[in-house]
Amino acid sequence: MIHARGLTKTFGTVEAVRGIDIDVSAGEIVGFLGPNGAGKTTTLRMLTTLLRPTSGTATVAGHDLFADPMGVRRRIGYVAQGGMIGPITEIGEEMELQARLYGMRRPEARERVADLLAEFELAGLERRTAATLSGGQKRRADIVMGLLHRPGLLFLDEPTTGLDPQSRANLWEHVRRLRDRDGVTVFLTTHYLEEADALCDRVLIIDHGRIVASGTPAELKAAEGAATLDEVFLALTGRALREGAAA
Amino acid sequence: MSALATLTGHYLRGTFKSRFAVVFGAVQPLLYLVLFGPLFDRSGVGSWDTLVPGLLMQLGLVSSGLVGFGIVFDQRFGVLERLRVTPVSRVTLLLGRVLKDSVVLLVQAVGITVIGYALGLRAPLAGVLLGLLLVTVLSIGMAALSYAAALTIRQELFPALMSTVVIPLMLLSGALLPMSLAPTWLDVVSRLTPFRYAVEALRALFAGSYASPAVLWGVVVSLVFVVVGMAVGTMRFQKENA
Ligand SMILES: Nc1ncnc2c1ncn2[C@@H]1O[C@H](COP(=O)(O)OP(=O)(O)OP(=O)(O)O)[C@@H](O)[C@H]1O
Ligand SMILES: [Mg+2]
Repeated sequence: MIHARGLTKTFGTVEAVRGIDIDVSAGEIVGFLGPNGAGKTTTLRMLTTLLRPTSGTATVAGHDLFADPMGVRRRIGYVAQGGMIGPITEIGEEMELQARLYGMRRPEARERVADLLAEFELAGLERRTAATLSGGQKRRADIVMGLLHRPGLLFLDEPTTGLDPQSRANLWEHVRRLRDRDGVTVFLTTHYLEEADALCDRVLIIDHGRIVASGTPAELKAAEGAATLDEVFLALTGRALREGAAA
Repeated sequence: MSALATLTGHYLRGTFKSRFAVVFGAVQPLLYLVLFGPLFDRSGVGSWDTLVPGLLMQLGLVSSGLVGFGIVFDQRFGVLERLRVTPVSRVTLLLGRVLKDSVVLLVQAVGITVIGYALGLRAPLAGVLLGLLLVTVLSIGMAALSYAAALTIRQELFPALMSTVVIPLMLLSGALLPMSLAPTWLDVVSRLTPFRYAVEALRALFAGSYASPAVLWGVVVSLVFVVVGMAVGTMRFQKENA
């Protein structure tokens, strides 16, 4: 589903991403972990055609990122870290627009919006504006936006940040169901390591723009002799930090 | 094509939800029309047939020049990124907005013209319709440039900067008072700005002289302007928001 080689992104003098390889197979739920500023969002924006990599190559959902960005866009869904719905438009209307931009006719778009709103426990809120939704409702609405066109590959940038434990567990259920029922491949970032442990088949840890570890949560814990993913994370990203300070 | 219709329709519904905003967008030329027009008409400088085309140009420049402000919020709330990951081309994303703006402008321009007739405008209908077309073409170029500027300039500077650019261009076009009154230096400077030609074409159309050189020049300049505006706007939309 994702094959990236040597991706880099430089903003002026900031090397946000410094040559990373990513391989994700169809049907996997992969967690992309790393401290603030590690380069997670930058990587996601490159893989979703929003940002042109400084160098490197990638195939996403079967299409070359550079040669066929439209082919990529048709097949992926993206939920940005900062949300994607304006505060003053009715969410139902925005969702219908989004579905129609993927080629659905109006009745089909309406039906799809209604189905997803119901599935994400947002039924009845379609006439509300995003400004009037609670944080959790708003985040679920963002996710609905990314799912309208039934993408085979879904990018979620910190989908559960700011949600209460209940809503978070709920969202995990949704993600699992997407994978189990619809075969959707999910690539998500999170700062909650127990979430990555519980939800993800595999995790990649990025620090200072480089992948510092990858494997199943169990493999990583075994390799670092750690009891939790938290310990793995601190050991790996802390080490990079110390080396960075020494260099 | 259908994505363009979908987008334009969506934006239009959003705009016309607030009729107040549509009227308010034309408030400046409206005030000039009602509070300055009667003075102008008796000043001996010109009649309503001189003033109304100028106010339409003012509308086309100033309100279209500020439309870019609308995209600042889309950018801040991630709406623009959301649209950018859909398989809709960048040109279409720009055109959807610009077409909406030109429809709004046309509605406002028709409103001003109708009020103008009530106050004493006597221009022939054919000339007025052609004039509205010309203003709409210009406003498309202006709107596209406005979006390009909004995506380039820091958002808090945008309104001030746009006014600083657009107001002098509007004054130099002779929209408020005809440039035939100007001292030579001002007249020369005015001839270096594009909208001078558009205003003169507009006045010629309102006077019913359709085949005059003024109309020809105005049309040529306006077409060049809209092509340049759309090209710059599309380029800016295509560029990643790096
Ligand atoms: N548009 C930009 N211009 C300049 N620098 C940028 C830009 N976007 C990101 N950066 C820088 O690139 C680095 C990586 O940022 P990125 O947003 O990818 O981090 P992240 O891993 O998503 O962090 P977080 O967990 O805080 O969301 C940071 O140092 C950031 O300041
Ligand atoms: Mg981020």
